Amino acid sequence: MNMKRVYVNEEWCLGCHLCEYNCAFANASLARMADLKGKKIFPRVHVEGDDKITFAVSCRHCTDPLCVKSCIAGAIRKKDGVVRIDRNKCVGCFTCVLVCPYGALAPGEDGVMQKCELCTDNACGAPACVTGCPNNAIVYEERGDDE
Amino acid sequence: MKRYVIVGNGAAAVGCIEGIRSVDKEGAITVLSKEARRVYARPLISYYLEGKTDEARMQYRDADFYAANGCELLLGESAAGIDPTAGTVTTDKGRTIPYDALCLATGSSPFVPPFEGLDTVKNKFSFMTLDDALALEKVITADSRVLIVGAGLIGLKCAEGLRDRVGGITVCDLADRVLSSILDAKCAAVVQKHLEENGIRFLLGDSAVRFDGDTALMKSGATVGFDVLVLAVGVRANVALVKEIGGAVNRGVIVDARMQTSVAGIYAAGDCAEGYDASLGAPRVLAIMPNAVIGGHTAGVNMAGGDAAFDNAIPMNSIGFFGLHIMTAGAYDGEMTEETDAGTLKRFFVKDGYLKGFILIGGTERAGIYTSLIREKVPLASIDFETSKKIASNAVFSAETRRKKFGGVV
Repeated sequence: MNMKRVYVNEEWCLGCHLCEYNCAFANASLARMADLKGKKIFPRVHVEGDDKITFAVSCRHCTDPLCVKSCIAGAIRKKDGVVRIDRNKCVGCFTCVLVCPYGALAPGEDGVMQKCELCTDNACGAPACVTGCPNNAIVYEERGDDE
Repeated sequence: MKRYVIVGNGAAAVGCIEGIRSVDKEGAITVLSKEARRVYARPLISYYLEGKTDEARMQYRDADFYAANGCELLLGESAAGIDPTAGTVTTDKGRTIPYDALCLATGSSPFVPPFEGLDTVKNKFSFMTLDDALALEKVITADSRVLIVGAGLIGLKCAEGLRDRVGGITVCDLADRVLSSILDAKCAAVVQKHLEENGIRFLLGDSAVRFDGDTALMKSGATVGFDVLVLAVGVRANVALVKEIGGAVNRGVIVDARMQTSVAGIYAAGDCAEGYDASLGAPRVLAIMPNAVIGGHTAGVNMAGGDAAFDNAIPMNSIGFFGLHIMTAGAYDGEMTEETDAGTLKRFFVKDGYLKGFILIGGTERAGIYTSLIREKVPLASIDFETSKKIASNAVFSAETRRKKFGGVV
């Protein structure tokens, strides 16, 4: 089965952080995105970079995810190609942060770990970060061989 | 149909079951579980005491895990012996189970030194299993004075779990610092201070030599009164089954990268096994959960006729106390450089152009990037390591490396 994933075109990324806001809004219960203004947000995608290059990093949904094998609670599992976290089981030990080679996991506002689940866990249906990117600097598509 | 037997029912056993099933959907799998419980997340027992989880949420796999994987689970039954010639395991209930491939996932047991007068102590516990935590929970009161012998990972997590439920906690250790197996003196001092600020008392470089009812006599001559005693001195790998049949054993059952023991048809994984520490470049028992699962999975694949190797095992620990996160990985070998910032202390160990190990106190954001530099043996000359010491970032890799990481299937 070939799975769609989020891929990065860093040469087109302006570093505008709109993906982070779209992510935070998709996973919050707010009437308007503007309600995020002035608030510290906890997105599951993070724009990284320096003065030369920027790019948005979110979970790679690895073929053999190290986080799944490392989670001491058994809270992270891969199902139907998506690496998901059962936040109810997470105790916040941060082992997944220690092992993820991409730096894709970070705690949410409540201190419990959260991660990109490709917006399958909210009402969007497709990754909000990609939908809202004005520059195709992140895309949601099938690439390469897969499991 | 191939017959698989797994002795043990912890994380390594789960990895083994999943490894076998990734290759062989048909073979019969028998799992011997000494504890009369389905697999649960053992490292969560301190979080259980702390109230951050409960027995239901501690289930490490779904309720249908064994059935879905076609496993026969024998609860409350352990292996008494192996006959490698006949290819059978005998259980403590007198059952003889034939195997084509056997995995030992027997874990480790608490090491209890022969303290004088230990038999006079009424409330004494190890802190290893859920049963230990439940028994401990039964005796503690809001006034209990708890003495924990051992300032390692187990002893200190126990202290954190108990803090809000007892009157006071004293931790003693013969070592002169906390977490002596993973922290150097400076880092340990930071962690100790944080624990003390959160109400834990320490007696370090000192340990109990004798017990008399509710009093511990210390090596220094001091006495400590207590109501509840927790012994967290250390653990020993459970190697007896292999030793008895003349298999190679050191501190753990010796395995190769395929998790095969010196005895044909017998594999071992998890806390009972002694594999190879790729950061140290030497054999070592790496008793941590991720390695148990990966090692178990590797064993399972090979038992089922596949070909897998676990050749990048390193020690790595992520442990938090009262909101302070500590991460360590690899070997503290080579030149040490330090990065400090408000509330964070990072130490990196570099040798021959490679990151060999690190200690992070706070400042753990995206730390897995550091871990990957060790596990994947990334030449530091190929990245901007100086910048990444301040904060781990994917920006320090070359554009080509990033294209592979974020533009392809990984």
